[in-house]
Amino acid sequence: MTLNLHAIRAIYVFEMARTFRTLMQSIISPVISTSLYFVVFGAAIGSRIQEVDGISYGAFIIPGLIMLSLLTESISNASFGIYMPKYSGTIYEILSAPISAVETVIGYVGAAATKSLILGVLILITARFFVDYEIQHPFWMAAFLVLTALTFSMFGFILGIWADSFERLQVVPLLIVMPLTFLGGSFYSITMLPPFWQTVTLFNPVVYLVSGFRWSFYGSSDVGVELSVLAILGFLALCTGIIWYIFRTGYRLKV
Amino acid sequence: MHAPASAIEIRGLSKTYPDGFQALKGVDLDIRSGEIFALLGPNGAGKTTLISVVCGIVNPSGGTVRVSGHDIIRDFRAARSLIGLVPQELTVESFESVIATVKFSRGLFGKKRDDAHIEKVLRDLSLWEKRDNRVMELSGGMKRRVMIAKALSHEPKILFLDEPTAGVDVELRRDMWEMVRRLRESGVTIILTTHYIEEAEEMADRIGVINHGELVLVEEKNRLMKQLGRKELSVHLQSPLDTIPTALAGRPLELADGGHTLVYSFDAQAEESGIPELLKALGENGIDFRDLRTRESSLEEIFVNLVRARA
Repeated sequence: MTLNLHAIRAIYVFEMARTFRTLMQSIISPVISTSLYFVVFGAAIGSRIQEVDGISYGAFIIPGLIMLSLLTESISNASFGIYMPKYSGTIYEILSAPISAVETVIGYVGAAATKSLILGVLILITARFFVDYEIQHPFWMAAFLVLTALTFSMFGFILGIWADSFERLQVVPLLIVMPLTFLGGSFYSITMLPPFWQTVTLFNPVVYLVSGFRWSFYGSSDVGVELSVLAILGFLALCTGIIWYIFRTGYRLKV
Repeated sequence: MHAPASAIEIRGLSKTYPDGFQALKGVDLDIRSGEIFALLGPNGAGKTTLISVVCGIVNPSGGTVRVSGHDIIRDFRAARSLIGLVPQELTVESFESVIATVKFSRGLFGKKRDDAHIEKVLRDLSLWEKRDNRVMELSGGMKRRVMIAKALSHEPKILFLDEPTAGVDVELRRDMWEMVRRLRESGVTIILTTHYIEEAEEMADRIGVINHGELVLVEEKNRLMKQLGRKELSVHLQSPLDTIPTALAGRPLELADGGHTLVYSFDAQAEESGIPELLKALGENGIDFRDLRTRESSLEEIFVNLVRARA
């Protein structure tokens, strides 16, 4: 199979151009909001909270905060990227172009994931100004970053295809992803919860992401790191399957 | 392999939408390489559905379509890379610059970057001066030009223009006709849908009429005009006639308007119209008239008659 590389490049460049055109909302504002978390939870409140798992609270929340941004931004970038042409009607061009589903997805998801990665790295750098942290397993840290950006950009892509209004586009990130992320152990270790809620929490997929990511920083985690890797790979496989189905059937794209 | 004579071969094409609406009912059509084909039909006749299936935007329910011999489903890359589409709706990437959106289209169709070609396309469409403007800043007519530029950016061999001049000013319409002729000279096959008959009359080599999802007729434009293009002379009489006088018998005459008007039909293309002889005969038989009027049936009437006849 030969890939239409010009097409992948065209979509990727087009989407990245959109990012840089909207630099304020796509890069700067998430960095600012994360900085605010650091100021409030890390410096102000964090100084009164004892260490968690032997790590200062300010440092403890860094992996969770990065995951929080990575998740929400990946979803919103990718969903917006494919929803806009659907909404404006310019999707006709994508549908009539000599490109396959694989190329379309690489272009859109690749651009959204790249943007999230840039953002993740920027937040990591920003965090340095507020707290000291260490990264014990840099390779795994990078792997978690890339896998999460990729997986949730795919999830966002699915969302963008499913959504038929701006309202619906917002509903899943606001009503499902936000709560899951907040309750996913970004700001606390799940061992701090009562036993019943610890069990409930294990059904939250975000717990595995945050836990694995935190392990790559500090070597300690709520759940086994293998489990974290499996969870994210499983979700990646699920998203891939759904996208395959979408293009096979033309769901919400073609009649 | 020799190039197939047909740019597009459509066989038994049908489309039923999920709501049960049958937009196409077994259409067979061949578009010849290098021709300008006009697809005429009232709103909702199936013109846009037909185009959308060929271009890959709508899935067919049955039948096959080949583009230069390539099946549009099995061999979609080869088929689609030959096609440029200018859809009816004005849909543009509002926030992009003109040049970026046109370059994007070229890439999407798998063509390598070619700034000279993009410049030529933009200049031909009088868009070069506006290349750095954002698309949203342009007027409706200019946006239409941008959509044409996008379709031409990847040097298609077949160009679909879906209602290209709907809501377009006179200047752009003239430019567009000019452009279509130039493209045809360079070997591009052009399929345009329209419900402006004059557009088809002016441009097309062949005309297809579609109604209720069925192709009612496909004919050379000139032959169609000749076959069906009749001219009429109406003679408004001073005093009404009950019957056509025997002295005038043998001529294609009819009485209308309660005998006040004598209608004479003749072939618009013929050398001799027979009008001087008719007028002479009227004078000789003492039939006085107040007024004379001739009119030619336009493609519009031909079309309306066809559609009505098969409705």
